[in-house]
Amino acid sequence: MAEPTALSETDSGPAGLAVSLRGVTKVYDSGVAALGPMDLDVRKGEFVSLLGPSGCGKSTALRLIAGLNAPTSGTVGVAHRPAQVRAGQPIGFVFQEPTLMPWATVRKNVRLPLKLAHAPSAEANARVAEALQQVGLSEFADAYPRELSGGMKMRVSLARALVTDPDILLMDEPFAALDEITRFRLNNDLLSLWRNLRKTVIFVTHSVFESVYLSQRVIVMTSRPGRLSAEIRIDTAEPRGEDFRTSAAYGGYCREVSSALAPSYAGRAPS
Amino acid sequence: MSSLQTPPLSAKQAAPESRGLRLLRILLPIVVLAAGIAVWELVVRLDNIPPYVLPGPIAVFRTLVGDWPVLSRSLLTTLQTTFEGFTAAGVGGIVLALLFNQSRWLEYSLFPYAVILQVTPVIAIAPLLLIYLPQQTAVIVCAWIVAFFPVLSNTTLGLNSVDRNLAGLFGLYGASRMQTLAYLKLPSALPFILGGLRIAGGLSLIGAVVAEIAAGSAGAGSGLAYRIAESGYRLNIPRMFAALLLLSAAGIVIYGLLALTSHLVLRRWHESALGKEN
Repeated sequence: MAEPTALSETDSGPAGLAVSLRGVTKVYDSGVAALGPMDLDVRKGEFVSLLGPSGCGKSTALRLIAGLNAPTSGTVGVAHRPAQVRAGQPIGFVFQEPTLMPWATVRKNVRLPLKLAHAPSAEANARVAEALQQVGLSEFADAYPRELSGGMKMRVSLARALVTDPDILLMDEPFAALDEITRFRLNNDLLSLWRNLRKTVIFVTHSVFESVYLSQRVIVMTSRPGRLSAEIRIDTAEPRGEDFRTSAAYGGYCREVSSALAPSYAGRAPS
Repeated sequence: MSSLQTPPLSAKQAAPESRGLRLLRILLPIVVLAAGIAVWELVVRLDNIPPYVLPGPIAVFRTLVGDWPVLSRSLLTTLQTTFEGFTAAGVGGIVLALLFNQSRWLEYSLFPYAVILQVTPVIAIAPLLLIYLPQQTAVIVCAWIVAFFPVLSNTTLGLNSVDRNLAGLFGLYGASRMQTLAYLKLPSALPFILGGLRIAGGLSLIGAVVAEIAAGSAGAGSGLAYRIAESGYRLNIPRMFAALLLLSAAGIVIYGLLALTSHLVLRRWHESALGKEN
């Protein structure tokens, strides 16, 4: 575990930064330069997507922010809310796979972060119930993961990330393995959660359409080593909904992001 | 026993299997058994084979009933030894695996000796154990030696088969070593541990029998294997068969109980215990 450094008080004021990367690089033991150098600032409450071809280091960046890996050089700053230290975590992480414990019920899976932080039982019960309600799975609290569909498993994973009430939600291609209909529904649910809970979300995806639909800012990355190549703001009327998905503006943004992404694929062997 | 060991059918195979076919799968082994017993009895009668050479199944059964007071006491003795050896093997195997998992030093220092203990035939170790240990202890140690290794190696395998993403998740949420062990590694390893215990059940019976046979020549003891050895010296062949029958039945029951336990523990979540429709 590599603890990211806490951002200083001035940075993490009410309108400050949630995450700040400065000159961050990551070189794996095998000698592969996966990332950087990369600079990135994410404001509190912002929804940012990291978009790029597979192997461009976007997941690596996310793991560095989460503290799952240590950067080879540079600094990773993450804002900590002091009140939250006891309850566990300033960061919630949603993996590409649901990553649930198959031997535990939905309730116990969601409760895990609280259990590991020794949260008092009554408080934990209330929080688990709230998180399950937020993702619409209250009725399935006693089901086992194998009894759920892929989309529902992902919702459990999301509830588990939300249960510690983190400020920052890191999501690593969470909906990549789902069918399109399920993915659209989860996109909408994620947006409404974000609007209601005001979390900072950093969302890794390789889907242009998903990144434009969800985020306020799309960061396009090049591959090997991953660097920022373009940044596109998606300015549209909030709240977004299915109307936005079929609007001309959405199409325009998708075109813009796609053309920004094109150089990332240039010079790569056809896949 | 054979029906328990049959690998689960794939959905493709299972689909056309009708009720009649399933019935046939139960009936056929029973028919074979009945036919075998009938032929055995017939051969013994027609050839007038004396019981001290080969007793017929009816004679064996009569001995089983007639000698029940002696045989049942021996059965209890052997079962008790097996149970004690099995418990020691289960606890010993799991605890050793946990220690190895926590300390690489310990694993590197001791694991080779666990292998050596496993590959040395227990029948060769038993006489030595009987010299240095009181008989009852020696028998249990024998059962332990043959049975602990599958528990140890299966548990080790299970502890090392933890989902990497889940391990990352535990790290992210700051889980301590003990928490990771109790909430992640042990539950992940549970199906493997149960598989190891299932093998250990049969092996501890074998260990107990081997030690009893080895001790039998020394003239002490009262387990089923000792009865077999003793009856051999006295040319009481029907009793040898009767005791053998009981040993075999004990083995089947032990395996069945462990398989059932494993099924009950895992049925809610593990692939091995789920129905084909899933």
